[in-house]
Amino acid sequence: MTTNKSASLFESKQVKEALAQSFVKLNPKLMIKNPVMFTVEIGTAIMLAVCISILMGATDQGSFTYNLIVFLILLATLLFANFAEAIAEARGKAQADSLRKTREETPARQVLPNGEIKNISSSELKKGDVFVCESGDLIATDGEIIEGLATIDESAITGESAPVIREAGGDKSSVTGGTKVLSDKIKVIVTSEPGESFLDKMIALVEGASRQKTPNEIALTILLAAFTLIFVIVCVTLKPFADYANAPITIAAFIALFVCLIPTTIGGLLSAIGIAGMDRALRANVITKSGKAVETAGDIDVLLLDKTGTITIGNRKATNFYPAKGVTEEDFIKSAVLSSLADDTPEGKSIVELAGAETANKLSIEGATLIKFTAETRTSGVILKDGTNIRKGAQDAAKNIAKQAGNAFPEDTAQKVIDISTNGGTPLVVIKNNQVQGVIELQDIIKTGMKERFDRLRKMGVKTVMVTGDNPLTAKFIAEAAGVDDFIAEAKPEDKMNYIKNEQNLGKLVAMMGDGTNDAPALAQANVGVAMNSGTQAAKEAGNMVDLDNDPTKLIEIIEIGKQLLMTRGTLTTFSIANDVAKYFAIVPALFITAIPALQGLNIMHLHSPESAILSAVIFNAIIIPILIPLALRGVDYKPIGASAILKRNLLIYGLGGLIVPFIGIKLIDLLVALFM
Amino acid sequence: MNTELFGVISIFIISIVLAIPVGKYIAKVYLGDKTFLDPIFNPIEKFIFKISGINSTEEMNWKQHLKALLSVNMIWFFLCFFVLLFQGSLFLNPDNNPSMTPDLAFNTAISFVVNCNLQHYSGETGLSYLSQMVLMFLQFVSAGIGMAAAAMVFTAMREKTTDKLGNFYNYFIKSCTRILLPLSAIVAVALLFSGTPMTFEGKDAITTLQGDNVEVSRGPAAAFIAIKHIGTNGGGFFGANSAHPLENPTYLTNAIELWAQLIIPFAMIFALGFFLNKRKLSYIIFGVMTVGFLLLVIPTVMTELNGNPAIEKMGIAQTTGAMEGKEVRFGPAISGFWSIATTVISTGSVNSMHDSSMPLSGAMQLLAMMVNAFYGGCGVGYLNFYIFIILAVFISGLMVGRTPEFLGKKIEAREVKIAAFIAILHPLLILAGTALASYFAAHDTAMGYWFSGNATGWLNNPGNHGFSEMLYEYTSSAANNGSGFEGLGDNNPFWNITTGIVLLLSRFIPIIGPLAIAGLLANKKYIPESAGTLKTDTTIFGVMVFAVIAIIAALSFFPALALGPLAEYFTIK
Repeated sequence: MTTNKSASLFESKQVKEALAQSFVKLNPKLMIKNPVMFTVEIGTAIMLAVCISILMGATDQGSFTYNLIVFLILLATLLFANFAEAIAEARGKAQADSLRKTREETPARQVLPNGEIKNISSSELKKGDVFVCESGDLIATDGEIIEGLATIDESAITGESAPVIREAGGDKSSVTGGTKVLSDKIKVIVTSEPGESFLDKMIALVEGASRQKTPNEIALTILLAAFTLIFVIVCVTLKPFADYANAPITIAAFIALFVCLIPTTIGGLLSAIGIAGMDRALRANVITKSGKAVETAGDIDVLLLDKTGTITIGNRKATNFYPAKGVTEEDFIKSAVLSSLADDTPEGKSIVELAGAETANKLSIEGATLIKFTAETRTSGVILKDGTNIRKGAQDAAKNIAKQAGNAFPEDTAQKVIDISTNGGTPLVVIKNNQVQGVIELQDIIKTGMKERFDRLRKMGVKTVMVTGDNPLTAKFIAEAAGVDDFIAEAKPEDKMNYIKNEQNLGKLVAMMGDGTNDAPALAQANVGVAMNSGTQAAKEAGNMVDLDNDPTKLIEIIEIGKQLLMTRGTLTTFSIANDVAKYFAIVPALFITAIPALQGLNIMHLHSPESAILSAVIFNAIIIPILIPLALRGVDYKPIGASAILKRNLLIYGLGGLIVPFIGIKLIDLLVALFM
Repeated sequence: MNTELFGVISIFIISIVLAIPVGKYIAKVYLGDKTFLDPIFNPIEKFIFKISGINSTEEMNWKQHLKALLSVNMIWFFLCFFVLLFQGSLFLNPDNNPSMTPDLAFNTAISFVVNCNLQHYSGETGLSYLSQMVLMFLQFVSAGIGMAAAAMVFTAMREKTTDKLGNFYNYFIKSCTRILLPLSAIVAVALLFSGTPMTFEGKDAITTLQGDNVEVSRGPAAAFIAIKHIGTNGGGFFGANSAHPLENPTYLTNAIELWAQLIIPFAMIFALGFFLNKRKLSYIIFGVMTVGFLLLVIPTVMTELNGNPAIEKMGIAQTTGAMEGKEVRFGPAISGFWSIATTVISTGSVNSMHDSSMPLSGAMQLLAMMVNAFYGGCGVGYLNFYIFIILAVFISGLMVGRTPEFLGKKIEAREVKIAAFIAILHPLLILAGTALASYFAAHDTAMGYWFSGNATGWLNNPGNHGFSEMLYEYTSSAANNGSGFEGLGDNNPFWNITTGIVLLLSRFIPIIGPLAIAGLLANKKYIPESAGTLKTDTTIFGVMVFAVIAIIAALSFFPALALGPLAEYFTIK
């Protein structure tokens, strides 16, 4: 989490910019995208015409001052709604700008096809170009390392000060523009056209230029348009009703009634809520490719997490040597160390570490042939100069080797393998010249606080699935210890894919996080695929979000952001509609009281006069928008307490609250307005 | 007074208790399970399907259902229209009643096809027995249509992912033969024994105690009155409807007729629970409807029992409550209860003059039809409620932070669009119709062909009450209710044609909408429930649905009610 999460909602620079934008957005061409506010704009225009006609001598519409005030309040309503959208955009832009600063013009050294190096500016780099970076250089643009290895300071985008290693080939080959090379030299191929990087896309989304409405937003807009239509019908038909009742209604009263009834509160805040949702994602250092992805995240049912790095800390460590019967401990350790000296995986190194420097220094593998780990053999090891063949690997692979050579798998080792697995360890069997020597125990360390996080997810209705290459017994132990709901053991890349497809066939939405190229198909298949920023370009292309922090638990936050987004819309809609009841009790008696004095009985708020009642209702209707802007930007709090409990809570706060608050608000405003009348 | 209330409460409770087994039976009928009436009806239905060449096992999708539904209705409309137009010269007309004018025939045919029975005529002088029989036929089949549509929606809710939603004709015929027919037979026999006539002979002549010669209209009334209630049609055999002594002779027949109109709307909700095997869902739905019903019925019964404040101010005691426009054999409590039952349930039969109800009762009767979703008509009651469920699911889904889903199906833009359209249609038809009539009345326009004389001529009362009369007529039409506030000159081209159009639109579009939504949802991928899913069979969701219904009705109709019954209420208070 880098930047100012705690920064205040309104910074003066943003406010100024938003104020200017509020007027620009009055343009009817922009306004028509929001049907609710567009009708308010029409109403405002009519009121302007009424004011002018009074100046020209019309007498049947009441005083000029009164009409002018109604006009000004309506104009304020529009400006408040525009301001809400503009401030959300300004905040998003500010956030994006701070990221964009990292990618201002930097010099780049392009490698031409003939091998020459040419100094150019980063903006001239095109997709497919290659450039080099050395220690001290800023990386010119997003790309993938095709040659070399380097330590890189990514603090500019992630805020994490510890440098990271990126190297060609493998899953950590991606570099981001604006980060700094600390050591070594790399060759990078540019992977996106200028202006089309993820960050550029995100900035465009926040700025609204390419912001498309999400499916839920479309459905809600339809519902709000329907409510608006109902009130068009109510207000239009009221004219002949009033004629019949001999109760003439002024244009100002008609428009006031209409504007108060249509859901302006949610209509005015709707797009601000959507932008703020993406803005919150950006603040969590997640770049989304579309607003829809954030919304979908709120619906996730199943979450696939890699074990290593997510649930457990980094890598496994060797913790014990168990020689087989008839093999001395010393010999066994010797074999184990020999097989690991050239093995630079963390597991290999930890075996040497466990054996101790003393033992390791005595041994040499000069002239030996190294055998690298492959997916088929699932073993690795060395063939020494004297022909001794030492391997270590998974239990079943070792068993096969021994069996093929006609050797038995020692019973005590077999037992030890089971013991280690059931305790959550990983057994690594060592074989010398096709004979089983014993087993090394590797142990995982589960990150603290994971259990609570998974509990929280479970309460949200999200099932967590751990993906691991471990055998089922080990996987089960860790899954239980960490508190995940399910696991995929001995997982091959296609297993992930199949799991996702199966869950999707059951109608569930699946999210996963990945970094490697072989994760790409699964990332693409998942409903929400979050690629790590450090991952390969293929992974980033396949997913629909990129996490700049490379934090595998980030999905939890993303899900909450998605849920908050929907909840904020839902609750403010409810609030907006519930407000209408009080407004009716303010305006309807005001409309008819002169013609039908008995309707004074409906004036339950005892408002001062028909004019003050109407003014109070429209003033309340206008000021509730800016009052709710902070809520729209922050989002309604999400607590994983179950859907029915949330509904109860929100119905109480925003439904019942929405019913009561305007009664109080309108009465208070009326008391104030009455002072001037 | 306590005895009166006891009568009301016991009829209500008995109806609910009996509705549960009837609901179970209805569910069995639609599921095709074995029932004790199989030996009687299997051969009859087989015969019907055989002569009409229908394969009743052929599965249909929602569009095929709609096509079948609309085409049979069109044929019935024309059949009925022509009979009414020429009834004067056709057979079974012992009283020599004349043929109908085209506009009245249009209105009457539509109103019986759409299960409304608005009746801008009086049965004694306006219809031949042949016409009465044709209308009775329509009372059966129009109720069966509503139930068949509901059965399709039930099926759509039950299936996981499919476009095969059963056979329309199968649901329709079974609704008529296995549900409507046996229940009507029971009611008809009970009425027959209580004195309701059932004859094809014409008017009878009697000499009253005062020595006057009076002609008394008769006819095949018992059967007609039975299906009028069982099928929630409400169209009376005689002009005075269930206030007529031959149509509703005693307190007992009054109780039976009340039960008869409540039973199927109640039972359909329980049937849903048995059909889906989600009984809790049906209890929640029934609970929401009952709360709404009680909120309407209690103020009505109380004001009727308290009598008219205007009369009280004159210093006249009203120990029997407000008796204007009520039958002495029924009294104000059960009459008030009936007036809400008949408006909530879209029966539209009356046993008292709604025009003479207290203003608050008038407001409640209007509100019952404006909501049009508590219990509701035969089959279609649930369809109306279904729209509100969809809207409530949508809003509450957003409120809990999850894309809204109902019974495992996502509610998306398309469903919201349809539901919103249906929700708007009802206020649109009522308010636009009333606005039109008010406009003419306000300007006292000369109506030419449409009405003999100026527009105010169709009002029997000036001011707010006159407004209520016009509002009631369109509300009753749009709710397919058919009860009249009366006091309105409605047998003329203006009212016959405008209400006829309202009837047509307000019947078929609110059937098409839910069928389309249910069909679209049935086709969607089924999503299993998780801890994050909002359950719809909970009290809190019930509260949500109630709030949506109340808010939409209150917001749409508050100004109209304020100018009509509420203005009257505050005036005489």
